[in-house]
Amino acid sequence: MKNALRAATALALVTGAAQADTITIATVNNGDMIRMQGLTEDFTAKTGHEVEWVTLEENVLRQRVTTDITTKGGQFDIMTIGMYETPIWGANGWLVPLDDLSAEYDVDDILPAMRGGLSHDGTLYAAPFYGESSMIMYRTDLFEAAGVEMPDSPTWEFIRDAAAKITDRDNEIYGICLRGKAGWGEGGAFITAMSNSFGARWFDEDWNAQFDTAAWNDTLTFFNDMMQESGPAGFSTNGFNENLSLFQQGKCGMWIDATVAASFVTNPNDSEVADKVGFALAPHKDGIEKNGNWLWAWALGIPAGTQNVDAAKQFIEWATSKDYIELVASKEGWANVPPGARTSLYENPNYMEVPFAKMTLDSILSADPNNPTVDPVPYVGVQFAAIPEFAGIATEVSQEFSAVYAGQQSVEEALEKAQAITTDAMEAAGY
Amino acid sequence: MARSVTNQRKALNTALAWAVGLLIFFPILWTILTSFKTEAQAIASPPIFLNFDWTLENYAVVQERSNYMRFLWNSVIIAGGSTLLGVIIAVPAAWSMAFVPSRRTKDILMWMLSTKMLPAVGVLYPIYLIFIRLGILDTRIGLVVVIMLINLPIIVWMLYTYFKEIPGEILEAARMDGATLKEEIIYVLTPMAVPGIASTILLNIILAWNEAFWTLNLTAAKAAPLTAFIASYSSPEGLFYAKLSAASTMAIAPILILGWFSQKQLVRGLTFGAVK
Repeated sequence: MKNALRAATALALVTGAAQADTITIATVNNGDMIRMQGLTEDFTAKTGHEVEWVTLEENVLRQRVTTDITTKGGQFDIMTIGMYETPIWGANGWLVPLDDLSAEYDVDDILPAMRGGLSHDGTLYAAPFYGESSMIMYRTDLFEAAGVEMPDSPTWEFIRDAAAKITDRDNEIYGICLRGKAGWGEGGAFITAMSNSFGARWFDEDWNAQFDTAAWNDTLTFFNDMMQESGPAGFSTNGFNENLSLFQQGKCGMWIDATVAASFVTNPNDSEVADKVGFALAPHKDGIEKNGNWLWAWALGIPAGTQNVDAAKQFIEWATSKDYIELVASKEGWANVPPGARTSLYENPNYMEVPFAKMTLDSILSADPNNPTVDPVPYVGVQFAAIPEFAGIATEVSQEFSAVYAGQQSVEEALEKAQAITTDAMEAAGY
Repeated sequence: MARSVTNQRKALNTALAWAVGLLIFFPILWTILTSFKTEAQAIASPPIFLNFDWTLENYAVVQERSNYMRFLWNSVIIAGGSTLLGVIIAVPAAWSMAFVPSRRTKDILMWMLSTKMLPAVGVLYPIYLIFIRLGILDTRIGLVVVIMLINLPIIVWMLYTYFKEIPGEILEAARMDGATLKEEIIYVLTPMAVPGIASTILLNIILAWNEAFWTLNLTAAKAAPLTAFIASYSSPEGLFYAKLSAASTMAIAPILILGWFSQKQLVRGLTFGAVK
């Protein structure tokens, strides 16, 4: 009887240890994430855990997971979140700390900029699935025809001159395509990153709004003038997809945007200019060392309160591991592996043969979320300030800026309104 | 002469009606056409209307990536269930308002309608918390109840309007013949109001089928209907317009077919009592 009891207990322990769970993962719809969904069978084969995917458009996902995590709804075991949410949610205790990942995972291999941006007080709260910065993608053939040579790290003045030389409106070729669309993650992200390279900042060290400074006036005036001269018509409503579409159809001389776009514009199946694309660091202003590039990561975090912490951690270790990168490379080629998360990827000679690999790494390394601006700031984040109020404020501010691009108001009027919007919101929030 | 003018006007009206019809239908037509293009053709400028290499690749990709039948079944249950439940509640409510009105009936009707004026997001958190407490997040029953509640004012209003057109004397005669209240509603009122009830049901199935705010916010992996299926193909970072169009076409196809076959009843019901 005793032996039977022992055997039953042992069996229960064994089956308990190997218990297969079903985890629910909320994620965004983009190429890398869809690829991951397609490879889930590999995870299930290795661990026995099943995965259910909830794929949503980025803004819908953000609203959906925010509602769930703030109410402890418990609908998801893993959430795909960005560099903006992670430190805020980590500080609030809404995420499970990822401080006990296995030795094989090699957490020290995560690029320092990514690890820093996804941590709070030195604790990692989400593991980067892929990381990105922004850089210049330009048409080598148009530059050659115009007799212009792109330096590795150009100035904004150079970019403006080159854009004017390339522009050929009769043939629908625009010197430069940039985001003008309202939204903190669209045009707001671009102009904020650009403002860093003009010596501007959102807040001073006492959280006072800084839109009444000459640096912001210079940023917005320069952007608007350059785009009116050499940008496509209606750029005030162009975001990532609109510019990608224009560039792939050969209508942009330059496009400064997310480094992940490099794989799209060099893909001959989708892009008419796949073999005519060069890359350079995002511009800086003459005399200022900060470049106008941002830093972002889509990362996997575990909401506090989930019942499947162990299975969720196993999934995160699988999806953000070196082995996963090898798996994608073996099935889809090195150009399609998730970039920008691990140091070892950029030490791999196979990957470094990918034309945009080095510039992506250089761009990521040149962005510093802890010191994003020329003058000191109290916030972390390059194209955002990692405070809960920022998304709302920046969306409103970017709407005012888009109105400038559409010719509905002057730069001065927009900055005056931006100053008022930000000051009011920060005061109301108790800063 | 008079006849020729009338014919000319008729032709003009017909042409105008077709033009308006095509204008309204064009976005749907464009979505369907885009679903048969490649991603590169979908974003071509100038846009390609018909002269492209038709492909079923997008449908194949969508089928491979998503469990369409699960989303479809959830949509059927949620749209059908919420409409059925709504009608069961609304018929007696509309009966009492139409045939036994009180001094406050008009106010109650207006109050019911006013709930439609509240932005849905204003009650998202309270409803979400109630759903957590009741354990009905990401369940079809939860969605059936919440969508029924959202559409209930419209169902009551529509039925009230149809019932008002039915002479009360007929119901009185039934009562004189000894019909109970239940028999009066089921055997006398309902058969006379069938066109109105049918169009109310059809309209509410369409409204429930297309409802996106609550179905996206209260579901995850289990109860998500076709609105979530469409949302999974939308992306601000990547060109997925052809696949999004294929997913949209698959999502609207059932309701489009239902609308096409029932348009006569729908129009008859919606214009019921419009011309006296």
